[in-house]
Amino acid sequence: MNFFEDHVVGTRVEIGSHTFTAQEIKAFALQFDPQPFHIDEAAAARSHFGGLIASGWHTAAVCLRLLVEDRHRRQAELRRRGEAVARTGPSPGLRNLQWLQPVHAGDTVSFAHEIVELRPLADRGDVGLRVARNTGTNQAGVLVYSVQSSTFIERREKRG
Amino acid sequence: VRCYEDFSVGEMVEAGPVLVTADDIKAFAAQFDPQPMHLDGAAAQNTIVGGLLASGLHVVCLNKRLLVDAFLVDGGSMGSPGVEEVRYLAPVRAGDSLAMRLEVTGLRPSASRADIGFLKFTSEMRNASGAPVMRMTATLIFPRRDVAAATGTA
Repeated sequence: MNFFEDHVVGTRVEIGSHTFTAQEIKAFALQFDPQPFHIDEAAAARSHFGGLIASGWHTAAVCLRLLVEDRHRRQAELRRRGEAVARTGPSPGLRNLQWLQPVHAGDTVSFAHEIVELRPLADRGDVGLRVARNTGTNQAGVLVYSVQSSTFIERREKRG
Repeated sequence: VRCYEDFSVGEMVEAGPVLVTADDIKAFAAQFDPQPMHLDGAAAQNTIVGGLLASGLHVVCLNKRLLVDAFLVDGGSMGSPGVEEVRYLAPVRAGDSLAMRLEVTGLRPSASRADIGFLKFTSEMRNASGAPVMRMTATLIFPRRDVAAATGTA
């Protein structure tokens, strides 16, 4: 996977896993989502969640970091082989993001990336739009997170 | 604590602005979105976007913080099942000030649980010139007061 033309619908990649510690759950939430069940163990224990859980955006942010790191590994490998590396643009957004189950302190979530659609753009010959579904599954095998994301990717045929 | 019954469709909340500095952009990116366009102004010149740009998810997280401070301030929400859509509408650069505007667009009781209801909202971040930079449509879960009162668990 490199230029838009190299991508294939259905390709699935395991991009890595992450253990959400109580300390980092609270640190993220104090900055961006200071609700009691994200920042205070005692209040979280009394809540309907029964214990400290990660902000949903924390889960999304960790998934994003693993996606970026996975892409950087691939790009480094291409450069090592002396191959051209496609440019990617900013994301136009997200769709159908689901927090299906809480991510509790101590949970390990494994994330995966699957290409669901490749859309050439009528008004932009230099890039195409790749639509992917990113998922997170906890240590018990339960799907906890799912989101559809879009990325602009450079087209090989238009390069130069 | 605000319950499901306390909200009405059309209710608006405004919050902010919050200033986004180059350090904020780089710190978020270093932790969660380490792409050159979010990390380093010089390196970002060579990308499609041309110059240091806040991670889209950073803008979403700032929106969430304003939402919690202004709208979930008394801790009544029971979380969110998800987000219908997030659209990044314009770049956010260092020095931008972002203000949030939220509108309650729908209220419906849960079909499967009598004790909760769903609140749908649209939330937008705008920069100092009033241009929308991010818009999202999402759902929050709130407890229902009428059920809690009826069952004596309030």
